[in-house]
Amino acid sequence: MAEDLDAFRAETREWLEANCPEEMRQPVHDERDVYWGGRNAEFKNDAQKAWFEACRDRGYTVPDWPKEYGGAGLTPPQAKVLRQEMARINARPPLSSFGIWMLGPALLHFGTEGQKQRFLNEIARGEIRWCQGYSEPGSGSDLVSMQTFGEDKGDHWVVNGQKIWTSYADEADWIFCLVRTDKNDKYRGITFMLFDMASDGVSTKPIKLISGNSPFCETFMDDVKVPKSYGEDIPGYVGEINRGWDVAKYLLGHEREMISGAGNKERSGSLGPKLARNGIDNPVLRAALAEYDIDALAYGCMGEKFLDELKVGKAHPAQPNMMKYAGTELNKQRHELMMSAGGSRALEWESEETSGGTPARSWLRTKANSIEGGTSEVMLNVIAKRILELPGA
Amino acid sequence: MPLYLNEDQQMLADTASEFMSEQGSIEKQLRHWRDKGCKDGFGHELWGQFAEMGFTGMMVDEDHGGLGMGHVEAGIVLEQIGRNLTPSPFLTSSVMAASALGAGSDDLKGRWLPGLVEGKSVFAIAVDEGPKHNPQEIKTRAEKSGNGFRLTGAKTFVIQGASADMLVVAARTSGDDSDDEGITLFAVPKDAANMKQDPVRLVDSSMASHVTFDGVELDGDAVIGEVDGGREVLNRMLNAGRAGAAAEGVGVAGGAFDRTTEYLKQRKQFGKLIGEFQALQHRAAHLYSELEIARATAIKAAQMLDEDADKADLMVSVAKAKVGKVARLAVQEGVQMHGGIGMTDEYDIGLFMKRDRALHEFLGDHYFHADRVAKLSGY
Repeated sequence: MAEDLDAFRAETREWLEANCPEEMRQPVHDERDVYWGGRNAEFKNDAQKAWFEACRDRGYTVPDWPKEYGGAGLTPPQAKVLRQEMARINARPPLSSFGIWMLGPALLHFGTEGQKQRFLNEIARGEIRWCQGYSEPGSGSDLVSMQTFGEDKGDHWVVNGQKIWTSYADEADWIFCLVRTDKNDKYRGITFMLFDMASDGVSTKPIKLISGNSPFCETFMDDVKVPKSYGEDIPGYVGEINRGWDVAKYLLGHEREMISGAGNKERSGSLGPKLARNGIDNPVLRAALAEYDIDALAYGCMGEKFLDELKVGKAHPAQPNMMKYAGTELNKQRHELMMSAGGSRALEWESEETSGGTPARSWLRTKANSIEGGTSEVMLNVIAKRILELPGA
Repeated sequence: MPLYLNEDQQMLADTASEFMSEQGSIEKQLRHWRDKGCKDGFGHELWGQFAEMGFTGMMVDEDHGGLGMGHVEAGIVLEQIGRNLTPSPFLTSSVMAASALGAGSDDLKGRWLPGLVEGKSVFAIAVDEGPKHNPQEIKTRAEKSGNGFRLTGAKTFVIQGASADMLVVAARTSGDDSDDEGITLFAVPKDAANMKQDPVRLVDSSMASHVTFDGVELDGDAVIGEVDGGREVLNRMLNAGRAGAAAEGVGVAGGAFDRTTEYLKQRKQFGKLIGEFQALQHRAAHLYSELEIARATAIKAAQMLDEDADKADLMVSVAKAKVGKVARLAVQEGVQMHGGIGMTDEYDIGLFMKRDRALHEFLGDHYFHADRVAKLSGY
């Protein structure tokens, strides 16, 4: 087993050496360095294209998905080796998407064979870009109170309502969307629907954030027709009708895991050595950095333990909430320190030296980390209830 | 290697948990010996039982009658020791002294290890010379004298020094006080002439000695490892102790945390269980999160010591510092959430606070290790 793994590592290293272009072995600088795929996707350069295509053809956009759905069918230890080898050369992810991180895992768990064949392959090949329709203006932390309604018309629903904080809705091809289909049952009255963003009646409006960027949108649905079926064994919803909350909860686990940054080397590494290149004169700042580095390196250990335990089913099912809470609070602290160490230079909003205000904009962006996908306060509620089993929680 | 316990390690954890909660309980050990005013601060009978369980020699190699296990396994036993506040010489004798003696001659091993494995001997560690851990500076001097050495100086915070059959002493055989080179470790027997011990009781009821060496004559065969080349052996011993103390600290924090969450589920005020109040729920949940992270870090440090000890310095300090911070939070929240009753001697929660204080100080507090993390990271 260990020998097989060594052979796999050698083979992987050789393949990466031959297929991962030099330009793709550098940290992401701006938004266009991330390839999201989709019907209207454009590559930033040839290297990005070559790297994506090489990975796609080998199933490495989704290495641990089964081969028949576009993955490489790697075992958990093999997938870990691939992650380690990619991290070793700082290889960028060939494809980023909510299809990979969120809808995919939900379909693997709840989808029909027909849905898997179609949607998972499209995701793995970067052909369709998905967005997520969860929050509504009146339903943030209390997500289950959502009101967007789908009226049953036999072979389809007519959906009306509004979603908010829909990431990249203005660039997405399809949406997975929570829609109320029974007004009399809060938890068992929601259906997890799938539909094309090009459908009549769907419109989006970007929301400008404090960072000056607009990664989120409002999404309006005005008499949108959502078919109950897209063909044989391809329902227009995931799981059962009125049982979408089960799918949503399952998916939130994945979302929280993702936002937690577990296993993200850049986020869980220490900060002091990087900032120290320009010298740290102030002993109080040095001490704050050392405190941060202890927390960051310790969180890195936790990320490793969590992912190891997750793979073999040892992790507590509510543990992603703890990871999300700790990881996002840490990331906010990281950017506070980076701003402090950067001084007045880090305040620049548009300068070339800061690539258009990256330090300040990133700092502001991290403030959403402990809000999106469930606030820190909600995470603490869930830990108190499901892990500590405190009364009345 | 995955960062969770394998099957054998899980079995060891179950065994150690059962044994320690029965034989090493607060009632049977810590309170018992404390209330008797015991001069050792621990029970020799329990130490014998540790031997029967295979704990005393678990890190000693098999050629010398031990089990040849690693830091992860020792950490498993230490977590249970911490959870039950079990007073024992395990950390200093079975982890630290065993680590140092591993670098010693066959004669030295033959002289000391069998007694350890059998649970008959107790060893102590004499490194610190001031109230704060600072092993870089060693002023205690050992000068050549005939075939051996003559030891002069003073050590402090020598845990269980007066109960020990042998003290591992770090002394300077050459160079200036803060040099890396010129350190030599000695195995000093308890009856060495001109060694004086002044034992004091600490806040956690453990015993520690101020030790003075006023021209203690030692044979050449008391040297552990190389003359003048002891810094590496010393570092390894200290790292073993720090990772072990981190594992024990996870147990102390876990024991305090479990008692506290139990209390939140039974104490009523304002007609409600106090665990229903969100102000307390969030603090408990935050503590849970921190404790999970601390545990992962302690295991990682132990794994690194087992796999690649030369690269473990940073993670050992991260673990000692992180566990230190978290255990401190756990005992403080523990006493506060218990309210008035947490201030009483009758309740155990205060004992956790006392133990945390002493354990946290041992081998470098959180400030020491935060500074070390910065230095090792190049700033």
